[in-house]
Amino acid sequence: MKSIHVSTTVNGDAVEFICAPDESLLDVLRNRLGLTGAKEGCGTGDCGACSVTLNGRLVCSCLVLGAEAEGADVGTIEGLANGDALHQLQQSFIDHAALQCGICTPGILVAAKALLEKNPDPTDTEVRYWLAGNLCRCTGYDKIIHAVQDAAQKMRSA
Amino acid sequence: MALDNTPKRVFKVVGTRPPRPDGIDKVTGRALYGADVSAPGMLTAHILRSPHAHAEIVSIDTSAAEALSGVKAVVTAKDFAPQDDDFLMDVLDNCMARDKVLYDGHAVVAVAATNSAIAKAALKLIKVTYKALPHVTDVDAAMTLDAPVVQEGRSLETVPEGMSQNVTSHCEFGHGDLDAGFQKADVVVERSFTTAATHQGYIEPHACLASMTADGKADLWCCTQGQYNVRDLCSAALGMEGSQLRVTASEIGGGFGGKTTVFIEPVALALSRKAGRPVKIVMSRDEVFRATGPTVSSSIDVKIGMTRDGRITAGEAHLRYSGGAFPCGTVDMGAQAAFAAYDLQAVRTLGYNALTNRPKEAAYRAPGAPQAIYAVESVVDELCQQLGLDPLEVRLKNAARKGTRSSYGPTFEDIGLVATLEAAKAHPHYSAPLAEGQGRGLSAGFWFNFGGNTCVTLNVNTDGTVGVTEGNPDIGGSRAAISQMAAEELGIPYDKIRTIIADTSALGHNDVTDGSRVTFSVGLATIKAAQDAIAKMCSRAAQIWGIDEEAVVWKDGAAEPAGPNAGKFPPMSLAEIAAVSFNTGGPIAGHHEFNADGAGVSFGVHLVDVEVDKETGATKVLRYTVFQDAGKAVHPSYVEGQMQGGAVQGIGWALNEEYIYGEDGRLQNPGFLDYRVPVASDLPPIETVILEIPNPGHPYGVRGVGETPIVPPLAALSNAVSRAIGTRMSSLPMSPPRILKALSKG
Ligand code: FES
Ligand code: FES
Repeated sequence: MKSIHVSTTVNGDAVEFICAPDESLLDVLRNRLGLTGAKEGCGTGDCGACSVTLNGRLVCSCLVLGAEAEGADVGTIEGLANGDALHQLQQSFIDHAALQCGICTPGILVAAKALLEKNPDPTDTEVRYWLAGNLCRCTGYDKIIHAVQDAAQKMRSA
Repeated sequence: MALDNTPKRVFKVVGTRPPRPDGIDKVTGRALYGADVSAPGMLTAHILRSPHAHAEIVSIDTSAAEALSGVKAVVTAKDFAPQDDDFLMDVLDNCMARDKVLYDGHAVVAVAATNSAIAKAALKLIKVTYKALPHVTDVDAAMTLDAPVVQEGRSLETVPEGMSQNVTSHCEFGHGDLDAGFQKADVVVERSFTTAATHQGYIEPHACLASMTADGKADLWCCTQGQYNVRDLCSAALGMEGSQLRVTASEIGGGFGGKTTVFIEPVALALSRKAGRPVKIVMSRDEVFRATGPTVSSSIDVKIGMTRDGRITAGEAHLRYSGGAFPCGTVDMGAQAAFAAYDLQAVRTLGYNALTNRPKEAAYRAPGAPQAIYAVESVVDELCQQLGLDPLEVRLKNAARKGTRSSYGPTFEDIGLVATLEAAKAHPHYSAPLAEGQGRGLSAGFWFNFGGNTCVTLNVNTDGTVGVTEGNPDIGGSRAAISQMAAEELGIPYDKIRTIIADTSALGHNDVTDGSRVTFSVGLATIKAAQDAIAKMCSRAAQIWGIDEEAVVWKDGAAEPAGPNAGKFPPMSLAEIAAVSFNTGGPIAGHHEFNADGAGVSFGVHLVDVEVDKETGATKVLRYTVFQDAGKAVHPSYVEGQMQGGAVQGIGWALNEEYIYGEDGRLQNPGFLDYRVPVASDLPPIETVILEIPNPGHPYGVRGVGETPIVPPLAALSNAVSRAIGTRMSSLPMSPPRILKALSKG
């Protein structure tokens, strides 16, 4: 199989890489670009640990090919904070102890950010359904919902 | 300085909720987990696994795979040192099958290549000739005399004669006269239950990176609950000296007991030894389900007698557990825990473990207890229903308390069960009205908690900050709790302390992160190490002041003269003493090592309301409240987190999760799509009520809290569903098809 050359943007930076035609975007991010914040929990689209945005749309990067990133705009957990300044969601997750082991956290933060961009004032039920594709085995989700709502409220009043 | 060992109940730092030290790394994607590191020249390995539930390995031909360009090493069971010890041999046989494959997914051959695609292609070139053997995956079937024998000659002497060879162990606990007890009862209920095997379901698959050099030294990076255990198991498997293998625990993406052993670590080391290059192995989710974890599957009979006014007169349980294809002692813990919440005159539990063609059991949060307590608490609930009694009052009437001779032997010290039940009774949840078609369930739960071998070093830096070095991977915020206890004892602010987790060559042995032991044992060792450092700092102050060191006390983070007679000197803070330490005898460090005892048992009570859709058989959890005795909650947010996370794992076990085997003995649902763990939209908020009945075995009163919360949900849900649909459920999970079946039987 011949490798493919891809030019793309990741977290606002221009990036080029080559990858195999059947290589997932998740593998490209983790193994070729050194961005290991997105995790592989399943590789089949069932856990959400690999969540990133592709042209603003929330996707499972394990289900996207690296080649599909050509000319696109990819957003990962590594781009959530603005330098030293944490995104409000990141701060709220720490404040509300919304992570235990933390392996689901990057995916959940990326997904929650996508939610709040669409819907800045969601109900708890809306948050729960939006995050239904992101498994967390440690927390029982309770503190995650609180953290998202805390961030949403602070972002609305900012 | 004289040490004050009276238990402490007024705290400055303990009981607050500071940000965890690893928080920023984990919300920015910077934290490094098992699969997140690589090494120069690294190879990637994959493992060929058995497609059979049970088969003899006739031959393995790896020549074509070895000839493939890019393949650098191939290993099979032959590449590991045979072990005299049965336990070690079982661990190793589970990592790589020797003569027989014992379950679908059992590892047979591993290949390391220059990249993942080549390693996968090489697996396809390996020819394994199997001779299929009859298999058995059900625990009751495995105990029959004509069942296929999974492994021969593994029965302990405790097993009564005449049983199947699959029965590997037998245990018995209890006291009193059962017959007399049942005779005193007005009602006796006897029922049989089954629970499915479930997986711990950590989101991070097992991953490791091994690097062995030609001189026999090795480094291993892996996600584990215990790096010392990994070192001991791997060095034995590879025939190495422990000192030559340094194991570093990565950040860990969940474990729940499932990462207390090894699967791929010895394999990666053996491949690295052969190839002379670093080797990385990362399991797929399919491999995680087929070859790691799960908990035991069980079949249980319970018989309980009760008087009309709700006094339990006798209780008996027969437990049959299967820990998969290898001997497993988990049933002993189930048999001990079954009736622990009750003060009984007559009680007996019998346990058996049977081999089946399933993966080797790995610990899962309070291993063995949820199944046994589910069966007991279901029968207690049914008795309450039959006699028209309030299930909380009945539990209060029969509750174990201080001085109770427990059903498994020891007499309880201060325990929090009665207080926990009272808290549930007083909570608005218990008296809230239920609508038509809804049901409320209740269950008590129990776990022993462990202490264990622990070693901590506390370094006082010259700038007045402190480093704590401990050896237990942090799964749910324990570094924060350890830093809090160090800060509390030293009397300095939390943010002056940094706690790190050492690799195996940097600190003495620590038992694995299990048994809810870390906040208790590592916390206790940290407090003692702080006291050790305080004693040294007092002695330095005494030296500076020219007074007797017995005349110096430690107060609010500073040394000061014990009283006016000791001399008149202004207090010297930790920072001031540390700053001049090089002139007063050198660096200051505290240390403590011990085998911790006195962990203190833990009780919890869960309340749940459900509604069952009679058309689809689906159960909706409407309200859930967890009450638990934490002794002292060091970081209450993370204590609540344990209570909530455990409850939700239990909800999944009760309603959906199960290992489903086909007729062919193969696992039919090795993925998160078909093995359905709870998702956010399945659940209501999980309310928590923390009780603090101090554990006499810890200076701050701390008890472990991590495991107990998975125990009550099974029965709480089953009792709620049974009451909602008017039919007693006796099989877990209560998946929609099972509920529809129960409804159609009426
Ligand atoms: S790894 Fe992509 S959804 Fe699980
Ligand atoms: S915090 Fe561990 S999986 Fe979510």
